[in-house]
Amino acid sequence: MDNAISFKLKIWRQASPQEKGRFETYELRDIPTDTSFLEALDILNEQLIEKGEEPVAFDHDCREGICGMCSLYINGHPHGPATGATTCQLYVRRFRDGETITVEPWRSAAFPVIKDLMVNRNALDQIQQAGGYVSFNTGGAQDANAIPISKVDADEAMDSASCIGCGACVAACKNGSAMLFVAAKVSQFALLPQGKPEAKRRVKAMLAKMDELGFGNCTNTGACAAECPKNIKLSNISRLNREFVSAKCRD
Amino acid sequence: MEEKIKTTAVIDSKIPEGPVAEKWTNYKAHQKLVNPANKRRLDIIVVGTGLAGASAAATLGEMGFNVLNFCIQDSPRRAHSIAAQGGINAAKNYQNDGDSVYRLFYDTVKGGDYRAREANVYRLAEVSNNISDQCVAQGVPFAREYGGLLANRSVGGAQVSRTFYAKGQTGQQLLLGAYSSLNRQIKSGKVKSFNRYEMQDVVMIDGRARGSIAKNLVTCKLERFAAHAVVIATGGYGNTYFLSTNAMGCNVSAAMACYRKGAYFANPAYVQIHPTCIPRHGDNQSKLTLMSESLRNDGRIWVPKDIEDAKKLQAGQIKGSDIPEEKRDYYLERRYPAFGNLVPRDVASRAAKERCDKGFGVNNTGQAVFLDFSEAINRLGIDVIRQRYGNLFDMYEEITDVNPGEKASTIAGVDYYNPMMIYPAIHYTMGGIWVDYELQTSVKGLFAIGECNFSDHGANRLGASALMQGLADGYFVLPYTIQNYLSDQITVPRFSTDRPEFEEAEERCQKEMDQLMAIGGKRSVDSIHKELGNVMWDYVGMGRTKQSLETALEKIKDIRKEFETNLFVPGSQDGMNIELDKAFRLRDFITMGELIAYDALNREESCGGHFREEHQTEEGEAKRDDENFFYVACWQYNGDDTKAPSLIKEPLHYEAIKVQTRNYKN
Amino acid sequence: MWLTNSSVGRKIVMSVTGLFLVLFVTFHALMNLVALFGFKYYEAICEFLGANWYALVGTLVLAAGFVIHICYAFWLTLQNRSARGDDRYAVSARPKGVSWASQNMLVLGLIVVCFMVLHLIQFWANMQLPEIAGKTAMKGVQALATAFGPQWWYITLPVYLLGFAALWFHISHGFWSAFQTLGTAGDKWIPRWKCAAMWWATIVFLLFAVEAVYFTLHFNGIINC
Repeated sequence: MDNAISFKLKIWRQASPQEKGRFETYELRDIPTDTSFLEALDILNEQLIEKGEEPVAFDHDCREGICGMCSLYINGHPHGPATGATTCQLYVRRFRDGETITVEPWRSAAFPVIKDLMVNRNALDQIQQAGGYVSFNTGGAQDANAIPISKVDADEAMDSASCIGCGACVAACKNGSAMLFVAAKVSQFALLPQGKPEAKRRVKAMLAKMDELGFGNCTNTGACAAECPKNIKLSNISRLNREFVSAKCRD
Repeated sequence: MEEKIKTTAVIDSKIPEGPVAEKWTNYKAHQKLVNPANKRRLDIIVVGTGLAGASAAATLGEMGFNVLNFCIQDSPRRAHSIAAQGGINAAKNYQNDGDSVYRLFYDTVKGGDYRAREANVYRLAEVSNNISDQCVAQGVPFAREYGGLLANRSVGGAQVSRTFYAKGQTGQQLLLGAYSSLNRQIKSGKVKSFNRYEMQDVVMIDGRARGSIAKNLVTCKLERFAAHAVVIATGGYGNTYFLSTNAMGCNVSAAMACYRKGAYFANPAYVQIHPTCIPRHGDNQSKLTLMSESLRNDGRIWVPKDIEDAKKLQAGQIKGSDIPEEKRDYYLERRYPAFGNLVPRDVASRAAKERCDKGFGVNNTGQAVFLDFSEAINRLGIDVIRQRYGNLFDMYEEITDVNPGEKASTIAGVDYYNPMMIYPAIHYTMGGIWVDYELQTSVKGLFAIGECNFSDHGANRLGASALMQGLADGYFVLPYTIQNYLSDQITVPRFSTDRPEFEEAEERCQKEMDQLMAIGGKRSVDSIHKELGNVMWDYVGMGRTKQSLETALEKIKDIRKEFETNLFVPGSQDGMNIELDKAFRLRDFITMGELIAYDALNREESCGGHFREEHQTEEGEAKRDDENFFYVACWQYNGDDTKAPSLIKEPLHYEAIKVQTRNYKN
Repeated sequence: MWLTNSSVGRKIVMSVTGLFLVLFVTFHALMNLVALFGFKYYEAICEFLGANWYALVGTLVLAAGFVIHICYAFWLTLQNRSARGDDRYAVSARPKGVSWASQNMLVLGLIVVCFMVLHLIQFWANMQLPEIAGKTAMKGVQALATAFGPQWWYITLPVYLLGFAALWFHISHGFWSAFQTLGTAGDKWIPRWKCAAMWWATIVFLLFAVEAVYFTLHFNGIINC
């Protein structure tokens, strides 16, 4: 077929967190190139079920690159070789006929494997719970236009807020650091007047939680930003450092 | 068929007295409240963490209630509200273009083809302003003008710019706002969050909803949860059609569990088909991708004027950019001069189908129309257009390998850019669990909010209204109205989950799981689901007839039989079993599919998203029958999934708005 | 104490000590340069930095800088390895825009330390150390002649060049990374600091390399000026 390719999938299978995992290799034939990578996995799973085997477990939901549920470390890249896209936005046309594609789960001490390619990213939620919010109760808000915010700041805050919490930054980082994830949220609020009153408390609490949960130390390799499906910028980390140092110095 | 549908008593929707503009104020002034000390003694289960669920859980927690909050994803932040692109409406009139609460109310009722409940819609329009204030205060980075104030744009069905947006990711930003408030409550201990849990059943004690059985999806074990009230915020049932713009995990099981416990299901036939989705490309496709409605602000929708050009496009001999301006049929602008490309979704979808059915479709399947930015790019420049829609263009290119911002040809001095191809797809469901003015279902103590209830959009939802409704319900309506119910529950002690009601419910759920595992057939869940989806799309889709609906009911019966006898679920119940989870959901999609077909069959008129081909004007517009169908169709469960449900009618009363034929032409 | 308890604090320590060491090597390279204009000037500097109190204080501070930088490096690396988890990726690719040096800072640092050990044996152990101990110390030029002379140059020169190369890689990342950690980078400044890091590392490398080659040639009698 003209617009179809065949390839091998070398996939990490692990029945449960306790059991040891291993790679299994599967073959997919004549997959149309306009199939998404996850749809290719669906096809594989249908074939496995047909054979009476258990399908490969992987996280996915919206399949349009916004929910952050999908993960997968494909051929050495979180979310695969495409840049600025999540795994669910990856299409088979990115691969070559006859290629062996290695698919692994996110690897980080803070993200234990649940099953096969699925990991537990609850640690990211815990970091957000530590301070990723503006403390005010429903109903107490003033008029939406009461505080003018410069378009430049609002746009930059929006860029930072685009983080989908998928954990690719942690998966990409050789240190297993969640700095880009934390920095994105801290930056969003640092850039907006709404976030100012509790900026110091927030940055300290979120960083402390990140450290407590066993994420690594940032060494500025920049792999996180390079692999981020939403192009969250490395400058956010510098802003986080700045916020943190200034908060600590004023203690 | 007709005799199976029995019409029983009229139901009470508890709409407060007084003129429509004062109802909500009056309600709040006179409703019963729960004092802070008592709130601490009351537990509320909130199922779902989308805009409605997260905002409700957070707000109830802030108020002092103890909240148990469930989601099927690995984090509350991933609920499908996150995928909403376009924006959120508020009647702020910041653009000085004549907007008001009344106008938003009017547009929404008209957009819903006069099938929504007036009082609910007015309340929605009223609180819309609070929502934008709330979200800004949370730090949602809405788009702004250089002067520092909020920017607005317009979407289908409105002649004013009242839509607030955050790039093409408004749903994401609003959900993250609600999620941040939720996180604050989780940290304070007022909300307990259960991720990767799926509600299996509602537990009833003495006729009231008092808890739930939920499955821990990681361990595959059932767990019991007791509470004083149960709120479901579990979204719509679009995935009944298998292919839709919904996320893969979106399902109707929680709503079906309520339905089986006696909650009426209202207007299931009202399914919204969104006009701007990327067309289907093959059988392996798992979902359809929506391109934001905001694209219709600057994009123009067209097909070729000449059928010959269409045939060449279908054969792949020419491209859209090879066809010059004068040979393009901008059919929306032609048919609806006043609203043009910004007609409501149902109208735009049907118009696309009409052109494609006539043979003017522009891709190899003949099931697509063009959305073209050439004129806008030539007028405003590519930079402005990319700033507005860059992320959508990138998304389109990633999926289709075509860049809509790339110049493709110059004919007679005019530059033409690659047009996008779009086609309608199932997107949103206006129908849902029936609720009264207080958002309480017909089961006491059971509430439904957000897309999973039916109340505000009538037969068709306008753009940027879903976010508004989800947040209105969660932040500003339910936290009030639920108190009216809970105020006399303060003396009710916490129920033990060892009670026989819980025991029995868990046993039943376990038995159902065992049954699914034991079928031992040959078919996978997805293969049967695709079959159901095809039946739904072909016979209960954009154009429905009595005959097609009867065929659908027959075919769904066969599908149910296939499901019950030939399903194969691999693995065991010793740990996570994704196929078992999917099988459980498919069982409910089958029942849901039938429900949609029953309702569509009953509703012998065309209105909004429900189009009966027997009922159209000569020009092909929907023809309502206000004399016979000016009611909400509420379907009551009859004790068995295979039995036809009973119909109960809630008549609609319009006081503020004169019911008339929708007109988007002039 | 946040400089030990928090990840950013620890990185601040790395960046401050790192920048200090960058300054040190820069001065070192400049002082060596003096020898190219005449060994008597070089000798004067050696005299000046003998076992005087200010030189001793300087040496102690410098040593502390090295020790802290190296200890923290090992500490951070251990933490980072455990954060990575027990399972490694079977396939991993370096993403575009990520420098090789940034992912191998510890190895590069270790190479620099190995070079330093030789360097200290050849110079410091013969010059400042005996002076502190009250013994006769070598003159600076004498130490140079021994290290780069006919007896040792074929070990000294390659080890030195390797050390300088490692130092180049180490500084090319470490320099801008320090500013990023200190929070002084932004969208505009990240490329600027990166550019500055490249220049700085290259200048330091060239100075050292030219000096080492010059000494080798000079003390083997190949050039004489």
